[in-house]
Amino acid sequence: MKKILIITTTVILLAISNVSAGTDGENSLSKKNSGQTKDCFEKVNRGIFAFNQTLDGAIFEPLAKGYRKLPMPIRRGTSNVLANLSNLITVPNNLMQGEIKKAGENTLRFVVNTTLGILGIFDPASGLGFAELEREDYGQTLAKWGVGEGCYLVLPVLGPSTARDAIGMLSGTMGGGDPWYNITVKNDTQYFSDFDYYSSRATTGIDFRAKNIESFENLEQNSMDFYASVKSLYLQDRKQKISNSKKVIDTMDDGDWEEIETN
Amino acid sequence: MSLKKFLFKFSLILIVFFAFTEKSFSLEPKDFVQSVVDQASSVLTTNFTKEQKIEKLKSIAKAAVDIRGIGYYSLGSHRKGLSDDEKKKYLDIFEKYFLKSFSSRLAEYTDPKISVDSQRKLNEKYTMVSSSLLATKDKPEVKIDWRIVTKDPSKPLIIDVVIEGVSLAKVQKEEFNSIIQSNDGEISALIASLKEFINK
Repeated sequence: MKKILIITTTVILLAISNVSAGTDGENSLSKKNSGQTKDCFEKVNRGIFAFNQTLDGAIFEPLAKGYRKLPMPIRRGTSNVLANLSNLITVPNNLMQGEIKKAGENTLRFVVNTTLGILGIFDPASGLGFAELEREDYGQTLAKWGVGEGCYLVLPVLGPSTARDAIGMLSGTMGGGDPWYNITVKNDTQYFSDFDYYSSRATTGIDFRAKNIESFENLEQNSMDFYASVKSLYLQDRKQKISNSKKVIDTMDDGDWEEIETN
Repeated sequence: MSLKKFLFKFSLILIVFFAFTEKSFSLEPKDFVQSVVDQASSVLTTNFTKEQKIEKLKSIAKAAVDIRGIGYYSLGSHRKGLSDDEKKKYLDIFEKYFLKSFSSRLAEYTDPKISVDSQRKLNEKYTMVSSSLLATKDKPEVKIDWRIVTKDPSKPLIIDVVIEGVSLAKVQKEEFNSIIQSNDGEISALIASLKEFINK
C-alpha cells in the first residue's frame, strides 16, 4: 500500500509541475476555474484507466459481488461504520470551510453513533432527526478557498481525481488532517495498526463498488468512450459536492442549452 | 342583429374559444413527467420479455423525448460547422443510437418507484421538474431532475435527465466530444462509432 502512495505522490507532483509548465494557465491551481477541466495527460490517464479496469475486473468487482452476498444487516453495519469514520475528515473540513454549525452537528453525530450506535455499526443519529451526512474532504475545502482544480488525473487504484483533489487528499492524510490515519498508521498506538487503516480504505472502495455494480455495468455497456463518460461523471459530481447545493444543477450550464438550434 | 354586433360577438367567441383551448391543451411539465414515468413503470412491471419491453420503451421515448434537441446538444460546438447533409445523416443515426441506449439502460430496472415532487420554470423554453427514485432496502433514495422543453406548452418534451446533479446529456456531450477530438475533429468518426454501437 505504501508503494501505491509513493506512485500516487509521484504522479501528482508530475501533474503539478506540468500544470504550471505545460498549460496556458486556464487550469492553474492558483485560481478558480469555471471552464472545462483540461486533460493534460490524457494518454497516461487512459493507460492508468485501462490498468484500473483490469484490476477492477480481477479483484474489486469479484470482491464487490462477494460482498453483496453477505446478509443485508452486515453490509448496512459495515457501511455505517465507514460513514461514521468519514466524520473524522468531514468535521475538520466543515470547520475550515467556516461551517461551524455543521461541524457541531457532525461531531455530535459521531459521538452518538460511536457510543449508542456501538462503534458506528448502527445509526441512531439519523433516527434522532440529525440531517443527512454530507461528506467533506480536503479537495472540497481547497475548492472553497478558491483553488482551481488543475488537470484531470486518473490515479492508480484510486481512480478519477484532479490535481487539486489529489493534493487535498495527500496533504490531508500525510499532513495530520486525518485522525483515523494518525492513530492507525502515523502514530504507533497500541490499540490500532496500519492494517486497520488500509483495510478500512479497501472496504470503503468495495462497499462503494458493491453499491454501484449495475450502474457501472450499464454505463460501460452503453458507452462508446467509457473513459470520457467516467471523467464527465466524476467532474460533475465533484462540482455538485463542492457547491453543497441542490440548485446548481439547473442553472450551471444553461448557456449550453440556449445555443441549441433545433431547426 | 347588426353586422357590427355580430362581428363583435363572433370575435368574442373566438377569443374565449382560443383562450380555453390553449389552457386545456397546455400540459404542466410536472404532470407530463408523472405521466411518462407511469407509462414506463407500467411497461417495466409487466411480464413482457426484455425485447418487448425495449420496443415499448422506445415508443414512449419517441413521443416524450426531444431526441433531435439532445442530438444537437450532444454535438456541442461541433454542430456549427456541419453541412445540411451531415446534419441529416447524424440526426438519423443519433435517433437510432439514442433509442437503443436509452431503452436498454431502462429495461434493466424492474419496478422503479418515482415520486414527482415539484417544478421550477427556468425561462420560456425550459422547466426543471424534480423527482425522487424512492429508496429500497438495498439502495438509498436518488434525486432525479428532468429538464423539460416547454417551447410548445401543448407538447412538452424531456431533453435531459439529471441524476444527483449529474446531467446525462452532458456526459453524452463530453463523450461525443472526446471521440471527435481524438479523430482530428472529424464528425464522420463519431458517426462510425454510433453505427458500431447500433450494430453490436
